[in-house]
Order: sequence, then C-alpha cells, then structure tokens
Amino acid sequence: MRILVVEDDLEAQRYLVNGLKEAGHVVDDAADGDIGLTLALSRPYDVAIIDRMLPKLDGLHVVAEMREHGNNMPVLFLSALSEVDDRVKGLKAGGDDYLTKPYAFVELLARIDALMRRRSPSSVKTKLSVGDLELDLLTRTATRNAQAIDLQPREFRLLEYLMRHAGQVVTRTMLLESVWEYHFDPQTNVIDVHISRLRAKIDKGFEVPLLQTVRGAGYMIRAR
Amino acid sequence: MRVESFWHGARGVLRTQAFRIVLIYVFVFAISATVLVGFTYWNTERALDAQTDEIIEAEIVGLTEQYQRMGVRGLADVIASRSMQRGAGSLYLLADNLGRVIAGNLDEWPQSVTRDGSFIEFDYQRRVQGDLVSRRARGKAFSLIGGEFGLLVARDVYERHLTRQLFTTTLPWSVGMMLLFGLIGGALISRNMLRRLDSINRTSAEIVAGDFSRRVPVTGTDDEFDELAENLNHMLDRTERLMKGMREVADSVAHDLRTPLNRLRNRLEEMQRRLDPQSAYADDIESTIAETDRLIATFNALLLIAEADSGAARGAMTAIDLSAVVADVAELYAPLAEEKGIALVVRPAGVATIEGNRSLISQALANLIDNAIKYLPEGGRVEVGVGETPAGVDLMVADSGPGIPEEDRARVLERFVRLESSRNSPGTGLGLSLVAAVVRLHEARLTLADNAPGLKATISFPRPMLRPQKRSE
Repeated sequence: MRILVVEDDLEAQRYLVNGLKEAGHVVDDAADGDIGLTLALSRPYDVAIIDRMLPKLDGLHVVAEMREHGNNMPVLFLSALSEVDDRVKGLKAGGDDYLTKPYAFVELLARIDALMRRRSPSSVKTKLSVGDLELDLLTRTATRNAQAIDLQPREFRLLEYLMRHAGQVVTRTMLLESVWEYHFDPQTNVIDVHISRLRAKIDKGFEVPLLQTVRGAGYMIRAR
Repeated sequence: MRVESFWHGARGVLRTQAFRIVLIYVFVFAISATVLVGFTYWNTERALDAQTDEIIEAEIVGLTEQYQRMGVRGLADVIASRSMQRGAGSLYLLADNLGRVIAGNLDEWPQSVTRDGSFIEFDYQRRVQGDLVSRRARGKAFSLIGGEFGLLVARDVYERHLTRQLFTTTLPWSVGMMLLFGLIGGALISRNMLRRLDSINRTSAEIVAGDFSRRVPVTGTDDEFDELAENLNHMLDRTERLMKGMREVADSVAHDLRTPLNRLRNRLEEMQRRLDPQSAYADDIESTIAETDRLIATFNALLLIAEADSGAARGAMTAIDLSAVVADVAELYAPLAEEKGIALVVRPAGVATIEGNRSLISQALANLIDNAIKYLPEGGRVEVGVGETPAGVDLMVADSGPGIPEEDRARVLERFVRLESSRNSPGTGLGLSLVAAVVRLHEARLTLADNAPGLKATISFPRPMLRPQKRSE
C-alpha cells in the first residue's frame, strides 16, 4: 500500500515513516502543507496521514483543496490540539478519521487499514460471512454452521463491524467510536466485557474460535 | 396574534421604571396645576365679589339717606330715577309685603330672596330685545318699617356667573386631557427606553447562551444608552479577548505538551518493537508505556475539564433526550456490572429533552456509573434514572456502596482529590471533577446525597425554555 505522510515534526515523521515501512507499506513524506498537497494531487496513494497544524498550508486546507480537485483518497488527521470541536472541524473539512496525539502505533495502523478497506467497492453487501459464521444484514440474523445465534441489537452491530473488518485488527477505541459513537475513554475497559459476551455466543461450543484477541492492540475476527 | 403581542408590549411598557416615573410626575403636575388654577380663580372671584358688594353697600348708604330724609315715597322716587339709568348694571326693587312692585327695574320680587340683610345670589328675569332671559344677580334685601316694605339692591353678575360655569365645566376636562397626554407621552418615552433596554437584554442573553461575538447595538444618538452600550461592548471585548487568550493558552499547552509526549511514546514503542520479547527489559518498557498512557489520560482529562469550563463546548449544544443517553450508557456498562455481580437498573422514563452536549453528558454519566461499579462490592445495586421536575430534568445515579462521608462530598469534586479509602484504585482522580465541569457548562446543579446506604448523585438540568433566550416581540 502507498501511504503519504505529511508531518512537520521531523522526529514524529521519521518514526511514522519507519513504522509504516516496517509494516510493509510504501511511504512518501512531506514536511509542509504545500508539498503535501502537491504530492497528494500528483501521485496515487491509498491513504494520507496529515497533521492538523502544518507550516505554509494548514492540514484542514490541504484536505479541502484535495476534495475540491475531486481527489477522494482517504485521509486520517493527526492532531495535537485540544479535542472538543477540533474533531468535528477535521471531519467537516473532508477528513475520514481523526487521531489525537499521542497515539499508539497499533491504533494508527488499525485505522489506516480500516480506511484502505473502506475504499474497496464491494461495500454494498447484504450478507457477511467469516468461516461458517454468517450475518444477514437484511433480516438482522446471525447463524453459525446453520445454527441460529441470538444477538442483542448492539451485539449485532459489534459483530457486523468486526466482520466488515475481518482479518484486520480492530482496536477498542475504534469499536467504541463506531459501534457506540462515543469519543471518550471509559475508565474501565468495558469493551472487553462486551467482546467476551459476544465470543461466548459465537464461539462457545465450536471447535474453531473466530474472534481473537490481539495482544496490546485489540481484536480480530477471521477464519483460520 | 397581533393583539396578543400588543398586550404583551403594553404590559412591558407599564412595568418600566420610566413609565412609573412619568405617571407619578403627571399626577403631581395635574394636582398642582388644578390647585394653582383653582386658587387663582377663587381669589379673582372673591375680589370681584368684594367690588360688587362695595358698590351695593355704597348704593344702600345713599338710599338709606334718602329714606331717612324723605320716607318711603322719597325712596321710591329715587329708585325710579336710578332705575332709568341704562347700563349702570344696578338693580333695585321696592315692594310691599305682598310683593307688589312700588318702584325699581325688576318685574317681581325674586322668590329665593329673603329680607334679612345678607348678601345672596339669585336669578331674575329680564327682557332683552323682547325676549325674557334669566340672569344672575348678587345683592342684599331689607325690610323697611317693620316689614311693611321690602328693598332689594343688587348688581347683575351674569358675566361672572358665565365665566364660573365655563371654568367649572372646563377644568375637569383640562385635567383629564393633561393626564391623557401625560400617559401617552410617558408610554412613548418608556417604550423608547424599553426598546433600547430590550436590545441590551437580548444581546446579554445571547452572549450567556454562548454567542460571544454579539455586541449591544449603538444607535449613534450619543445619549446615555449609547454610553451604556459602548461601555458594555468595551467590557465584552475585553472579556472575549481574555477568554480567547485562555483558549489559546490551553491550545498551545495542549500542542506543546502533546508533541513531546507523542515523541516519548513513539520512541518507547519503537524500542519495544526492536527488542527481543524475551529480553529482560521487555517488561520494563511495557510498564513504562502503561505509565505514559496514564500520564496522557490524566492530561487529556485535565484539558477536557479546562475546555468544558472555558465554554468552548457550548457551541456543540443541541436538544438531546436524556432518557436515550441514559439507556445508551447503561447498556455500555451492563455487561461489566453483570460480570461483577452488580445489578445495574435503569428506571424507565419517557422522553426528557434538555439542551446539551451529548458526548460530554455521556462521559459524565459514564464516570458516575464507572465510579459506582468500581467501589461496589458484589451483590450491590446501581440505579440510574431520569425524572422531570418543575424546574427541569434530573439525572440520578444512586448506588448501595460505601457512599461518601458528608464532610468529604464537596471536596471530592475538586481536581485530583481521592479519598484515603480509594487511593489504591485505578483512575485519574478527575472523574468527578469532569462531572462537575460538565454540570457547570450546562448551568445545571450537582448534588451528592446519602442514599442510605450509598451515594446518590443528582444532576439537575434546567428546562430548555428556562435558559435565557430571545424575548418574544
């Protein structure tokens, strides 16, 4: 995957670029908004990581310009500003996701994976399946090995999100933001308990567990 | 609609201080004007009466002399000759005790006149160009020779009588009109003042509601209202500058601390990635990262409290259903409570709309529920509910836990305060401070009470229409 990193803090930029390269991505970098915009408009990237505050051209303007030129590559904003309405501003300007510094690298990786996946055209599905687990989005029912699984509405949304990102690491924050639409950090890790309940429903009594915990990162659903 | 708004406006005008002052002034003015005019009239009339009386007395003195010298006959002659003088304005009548006219220019003895020698006013008939006209006279009547004859000497006061009549009918009308014009003038003045004050009030309410860019309009008339508006605007500019400055400080503190924290965390993670997982340092680095994350969590919580207090989040207020917020947060915590053997009960309630920031209220509620679950032993019970009150909507979280001693209840809302009993539990110590900041942002009230046993936290949100808002015109 080709990734554009626009970040003026050179130390943070070096770290980002190294980390992404280690994860197997091809990375271009820019240290100001002007160069960042030129690169974004002239080369095809799968995703761009753009700092919110940049010299020469502000991150919000870079994305706004990109969108004006019809460029809809997924953009993840990185911001060191305080949060409350900054997130809204970033998403309004055309950003697809928003991460506040300092962040965990696994969180960033999981999010750009999700962003790149979002681009794939096969998003209009009425059925999701992972192994012998099937989710019917129209009838809102789940079956595993032709056995019906009884899910609460929120459990259904949780499973749907995991299955849409099957094979990818999904972090707790991502789940909290997408399934519960909360942008805060609950003091106790409530997500883990929801996951273990869901796991009891879909994996208990089956030989192959589908829902796995990825240590230090989050969760992943996949058929082995 | 128009009539209603007219009455609303009229009631507004009647309540103003300006109108009351004008009203009092108009009444005082009307009373003093009435007294002044009345006194002047009364004095003038008295002087005119005295003049008339003097003339009559002089006539009587002359007639008495004639009578003493020449008797009744002589008197009759004199009266007859005096009566002939046209235009002198004096009236005479000499009559016998049967009322028969002997001499004089009156046709008959007026009924109301008695012969006791005191001044009286009476009406008499007079022929003017062939028509009989009733006129007013003032004079004195006596008895002569033991009541055998009567003498009446008077002067016509018809003109003065007309003036008085005119005066007594006109005065109440004048006073009434004066009051009416005064009231209209007062209403106009106070409406004008009210309009100016209204614009100041409306602007203040809008600013309180969060729009700090508003300013009181200056009309350019350079009057005291303009002066007030300019002073207020000057004050608002200053406050806005200060608030903006504070926000900028918060923003740059955020930026300047997050950048090095970010580098720190990045480096630790890089070290962790490059280290052999079996290395002796692996655990140290992991716990250092965890410690860094706690530092970041505390920093974020402090920043969020500062932001809620600076009012920056006021822009994101919308109408939200508190019952839905409660249901969502309770649902998030239900599995955790169940796992710990705690009953998390949501008291059913209907739609309860308030104006607020959904994210911050959710977080505040999450902190309260989180706290309750954290400190409850197995078998405990947490109850969450929403209730309409006359003043607004209450959000209540009650638990059966150890509670907070009364003397500590105010203290736990301060930043970083953790009670001795909970010092070893995880958390930043900012959970309740954030709740308090969210409560302040919403102009709500937070009460911590004894749930006997346990703690009962209640956030009382004001009803949306009770919040200061535009005055309906």
